[in-house]
Amino acid sequence: MANEIAALPVREAGNNFYHQSTNKHTGILSWLLTKDHKRIGLMYMIAIMTFFVVGMIIGLLMRLELIAPGRTIMNAQTYNTLFTLHGVIMIFLFIIPGLPAIFGNFFLPIQIGAADVAFPRLNLLSWYIYIIGAILVLVSLFLPGGPIDTGWTFYIPYSVRSTTNVSMALFAAFVLGFSSILTGINFVTTVHRLRAPGMGFFKMPLFVWATYATAWIQIIATPVVAITILLVIIERAFGVGIFDPALGGDPILFQHMFWIYSHPAVYIMILPAMGVVSEIIPTFSRRTIFGYKQIAYSSLAIAFIGYLVWAHHMFTSGMSDTARWIFSLLTFIVALPSGVKIFNWVATMYKGSIDPQAPFLWVMNFIFLFSIGGLTGLVLGSLATDIHVHDTYFVVAHFHYVMFGGTGTIFFAALHYWFPKMFGKMYNKKFANAAVALFFIGFNMLFFSKIYYGLYGNAEKIL
Amino acid sequence: MSGNEKHHSTGYGIYIVVWLALLAFTSITVTIAGVSLGRYTLFIALLIAAIKSALVINIFMHIKFEEKIFKVFLALSGFTLVIIFLLTFFDFIYR
Repeated sequence: MANEIAALPVREAGNNFYHQSTNKHTGILSWLLTKDHKRIGLMYMIAIMTFFVVGMIIGLLMRLELIAPGRTIMNAQTYNTLFTLHGVIMIFLFIIPGLPAIFGNFFLPIQIGAADVAFPRLNLLSWYIYIIGAILVLVSLFLPGGPIDTGWTFYIPYSVRSTTNVSMALFAAFVLGFSSILTGINFVTTVHRLRAPGMGFFKMPLFVWATYATAWIQIIATPVVAITILLVIIERAFGVGIFDPALGGDPILFQHMFWIYSHPAVYIMILPAMGVVSEIIPTFSRRTIFGYKQIAYSSLAIAFIGYLVWAHHMFTSGMSDTARWIFSLLTFIVALPSGVKIFNWVATMYKGSIDPQAPFLWVMNFIFLFSIGGLTGLVLGSLATDIHVHDTYFVVAHFHYVMFGGTGTIFFAALHYWFPKMFGKMYNKKFANAAVALFFIGFNMLFFSKIYYGLYGNAEKIL
Repeated sequence: MSGNEKHHSTGYGIYIVVWLALLAFTSITVTIAGVSLGRYTLFIALLIAAIKSALVINIFMHIKFEEKIFKVFLALSGFTLVIIFLLTFFDFIYR
C-alpha cells in the first residue's frame, strides 16, 4: 500500500484528497475502479441524486394526472406503474442508501481518523451491486409483461397474481438489499477496528454513532426482506402456497415479514438524519452538544425498539386483536428515545449564539416537518383512529412528512453542511436560503392539504 | 490475516459429521411434516431448526473459535430474532 501511494505522481504538496487517483488508472477508470471511500461516496452521490430526480419527475407526473377528475395525461395502468416506480425508486434507490452511502462513506472514516473503511473493495462492490439493482429495475420496465404495478409494498395476493414483471422488480430489490448489507458490515467493522488511537466509543462524533446504529439495522433486518422477496418469487414461479390464500398460504404472514424489515428500514432512513442534526445544531449554535451520551444511547435504543413495532402497519389487515394492542403500545415507546434527541437538541440551542445559515435552516425545517410527521403518527398508531384514516391520504401525508420532511430535508442539510468540505468551495448562500423557503412552502402546500383530504376519507390509491 | 490470531484447524472428519447431522435433521423435518403432532408441530420444527443453525454457526461459520465480541453480537442478533418470533406469535396464536 505504501509503495502504491509513493509511486503516484505528486501534483502539489499536501494534495492527497480525492482529486488524485489512488490507483494506477486515470480518468473515468480511476473512479470506476477506485477503493477510496471519498470517491465511492461521490459515485453514490451521483447515482442516488440521479434516481432522486427521476423519482421526483414521476411524482410530478402523478400529481399532473390528478389535477382533474378522470383521465388527464395517462391511463389507469400507467398510473399504477408510475405509482409503484415512484415508491420503489424513492425508497430503495434514494432514501435508504442516501445518507449512509454518500455521507457515511465520505465522512465516517474521516470522523474517526481512519484512512478508509475496513473493506474498501467490498465498499466498491456495494456500489456496483447498487447499480446492478438499479439497472434491473430499469430493465423490468421494458420487458414483455410490462412494468410492475403492485405498489412498493408488493402486497400479496396481488403481487402473486399480477401479470406484470413483478419477479424481476422483486429481484432488483433483493440485489439492492445486498448493497445495503455490505455497507452495514463495512461501517460496523470500521467503527470497531479502525478508530484512531485515543478515539474511544464515547469520543466519536454523533453522526458516527447514528451511522453505526443504522449499520446494525442494515445487517440484521435486510436479510428478512431478502428471504421474503425470494419466497414471493418462488411462489410466482412454482405456485408454492406460502402467502397466497388460494394456495393455502397466509397473506398476513407476508405483511409480517415485509414489515419486520421495512419498519426498521424507516430507522435506516431516519437515524443517520438524526446524526446529521446532532452535528449541525452544535455548529450553528456555537455550543457543544447537550447530553452527548444520551443522544448516542438513544440511537441504539431507537435501532432496537424499531424492531418491535412493525405490525402497526397492519392494524386493519385482519391480524389478531391481542397483537394489535400490543403493537400499538410498543409503538408509543419509540417516542421516548426520539424525545431524548429532540430535547437535547433544543437544550443545545438554548443560550447559544445561533447563526441561521442554510444547513441550520434545513434543520429547523426538519424539526417542524418531522414533528408533524410524528404527531400524525400518533393518530395512526392508536387503534381506533387508525381505522378511520387507514388507506387514505392521511397516511400519504404522514409518510411524506416523516420520510421527506424528515430524511429528505436532512439530506439537503447534509449536502449544504458538508459541501465546502467535499468540494472545497462555498455554495451560493442566497440561493440556498431561497431554496429552503421555497421547499417549506411547496412541501406544506402539497402534503398538509393531504392531511385534510385524508381525514375526510379521500382514499390513498385513487385515479 | 494478522499473525496474532489463533488458527483452529477443525478436521474434515468433524465437518462431514456435522454435514451428515444436518442432512439427518432435514430428513426428520420432512418426515414429521406429514405426522400430526398437534400443538407440538411448530415447537418441534423450530427446535430442529435451532439445533441446525447452532451447528452451522458454531462449526461451519467458525464462531465457536472466535473472540468473545463476535459471540456477544451474535447473541444480541439471536435475541432480537427471538423477540420477533414471539411478537409474531401474538398474532398467530390469538387470531
